[in-house]
Amino acid sequence: MVADASPAPAPGPAAGQREARRRAIADGAPAIEVEGLVRRFGDFTALDAIDLSIREGEFFSLLGPSGCGKTTLLRIIGGLDVADGGVVRIAGQDARTIPAHRRPVNTVFQSYALFPHLDVRDNVAFGLRMKKVPEKEVRTRVERTLELLQIGGFIDRKPSQLSGGQKQRVALARALVNEPKVLLLDEPLGALDLKLRKELQVELLSLQRRLGITFVFVTHDQEEALVMSDRIAVMRAGRIEQMGEAEAIYERPRNRYVGQFLGEVNLVEGRAERRGAGDLLVQTALGALRVETRPGDPAREGALTLAIRPEKVRIATDGAPGENRIRATVEQVIYIGAESHYRLRAGEIPFTAYAMNASAGAKEIEEGQPLLLELPPAALKVLED
Amino acid sequence: MAARTRRPEIRFGEHLTWAGEIARSALTSGPAIAWVSTFLLLPVLGIAFISFLSRGTYGEIQLPMTAGNYLRLAGFGVLGFDPQYPVIILRSLVLAAGTTVVCLVASFPLAFFIAGLAGRAKQIALTLVVIPFWTNLLIRTYAWQLLLGPDSLAARAAVAVGLAEEGMPLYPSALAVYLGMLCAYLPFMVLPLYTAVEKIDWAIAEAASDLGADGVRVFRHALLPQVMPGMVAGVILVFIPATGQFVIPDLLGGAKTVLLGNAIQQQFGASRDWPFGSAIALVGMAVVLFGLWFQARAGARTGEEGPL
Repeated sequence: MVADASPAPAPGPAAGQREARRRAIADGAPAIEVEGLVRRFGDFTALDAIDLSIREGEFFSLLGPSGCGKTTLLRIIGGLDVADGGVVRIAGQDARTIPAHRRPVNTVFQSYALFPHLDVRDNVAFGLRMKKVPEKEVRTRVERTLELLQIGGFIDRKPSQLSGGQKQRVALARALVNEPKVLLLDEPLGALDLKLRKELQVELLSLQRRLGITFVFVTHDQEEALVMSDRIAVMRAGRIEQMGEAEAIYERPRNRYVGQFLGEVNLVEGRAERRGAGDLLVQTALGALRVETRPGDPAREGALTLAIRPEKVRIATDGAPGENRIRATVEQVIYIGAESHYRLRAGEIPFTAYAMNASAGAKEIEEGQPLLLELPPAALKVLED
Repeated sequence: MAARTRRPEIRFGEHLTWAGEIARSALTSGPAIAWVSTFLLLPVLGIAFISFLSRGTYGEIQLPMTAGNYLRLAGFGVLGFDPQYPVIILRSLVLAAGTTVVCLVASFPLAFFIAGLAGRAKQIALTLVVIPFWTNLLIRTYAWQLLLGPDSLAARAAVAVGLAEEGMPLYPSALAVYLGMLCAYLPFMVLPLYTAVEKIDWAIAEAASDLGADGVRVFRHALLPQVMPGMVAGVILVFIPATGQFVIPDLLGGAKTVLLGNAIQQQFGASRDWPFGSAIALVGMAVVLFGLWFQARAGARTGEEGPL
């Protein structure tokens, strides 16, 4: 899309900023390495043998529902909790014996945890003063950081005199002023309303790009993770279900859990029938579907499940020949403005399709209407379960 | 007829007549005002008045009005300067301050310990803190005499480790006095402190640690400010009654020294000098009030919320 719109030639060394960033991160040294990390609370296993490696300068998200262990993992990296087994290395150094107050990381807490008895200036200066930084330097660095986060005007206020968004910025400033190697963020936008949240997402992202600090970001909001992250680890019950670039996780989910956690997904059960080079024919209740496979896809025989995202389901307008066509009935039309969501039923299988409302005028698809759908072979993905 | 059946009805927030306003005020704040006036304000005014009168030959209170009681209290008596009474006041303040410090030191670990207990154990621990109050103060204090007596376990243990000589009781001594004071005033410190510890936001302690504060500095910068209101309440609740305490120092300290409490008692009792006793009482009260006012002012300046 970008390549089409811009006059600059797309191919060659200028393959795009994103590719350059991707390569720079991949070449970077590991900022955080976690190996076989285990944490138990009584009988409950909060973290079950977690392995991951976060590169310098990366924006890495831990995504999962509450209770999946993402916050526990963050706390162990920050030194606020102790693992029952496994290794954490920060910048190549075994961090197990380094107490929290000597780790080169800082945390932005979900509740902000600002010092209620200190004003904004002293809150932000706290970390520098603990490190005995000369007071003159403290002053300039605090002011510079507050300026960076656009809260210079609140320097004399107490936390109780700030709004949620301002507290959030102070919490960020208080951590960033220490110039940590890694910034740990525990659902930092969780307490804010949607509009402010979106604004701060963009701001946080540009801040991270500008400062080049590694961010480890904990969230349960899949959209937030997709918008901001270089890579995402999707967690469930103390394990990492899938780890990879935001796009890969969304487009090529490994299993039902990942597919369903990151937005909506249509599932079709079937049997593998014939495997070709780069594709697979699957017999389903909706007929035979051809699936384009990629290296790394699970090589399943027999019964399997296919997944396709609702926005990839095409509504075919006429009887012209096409691949993977199925018949469905419209059960409900949900008009959202820019797009409409169609709740469909194909045989026994519930289906969802999203379509942009590109044409002017009234709704074209009515409830109860039969519809011809096309499932592009490249958009179908074989799941592991 | 109609006027007689109408009952005066008072509703809150309603616009009232002048008489209604008076009636409402009398109903709501009246009892408290009457109580405080009768049992606090009038007696204090009485004492203030008496403190400017003179003592008659047989201990009666009589004219003329004089400031002599205060001069005598300040040390300017008939026999020249003698700082006996300023020393008594100072001694009482030192004892109260010492008691407060001992209570604070003992209460901090105890409050954190109790706050860390699980539900049922916590209830039991809090009950145990309060239980000594079910026994009369005098009985408790005499009990300490037995516990610290010449043949007591504590005394023998002290001899064994070389802290005391054979057959020597641990009382009367400063140790015994402070033990008795601690025992009497500990709950007044523990309970408000525990309430504050219970409400601590531990994320703030974690934040401090995350920002480079070691254990001591986490306590000082993240925990202490949070428990400060409870601590101040405890200090006031211990310090004020401790300034007037004399039974415990007498029974466990050997009745060798005079404190504010027994100085007042002596004047109103044996010496039959009510005017002078009133002057001592009033000055003692003034010193304590000044201390509280100073604390509140200092608190307001640093932005801490004091209890006043």
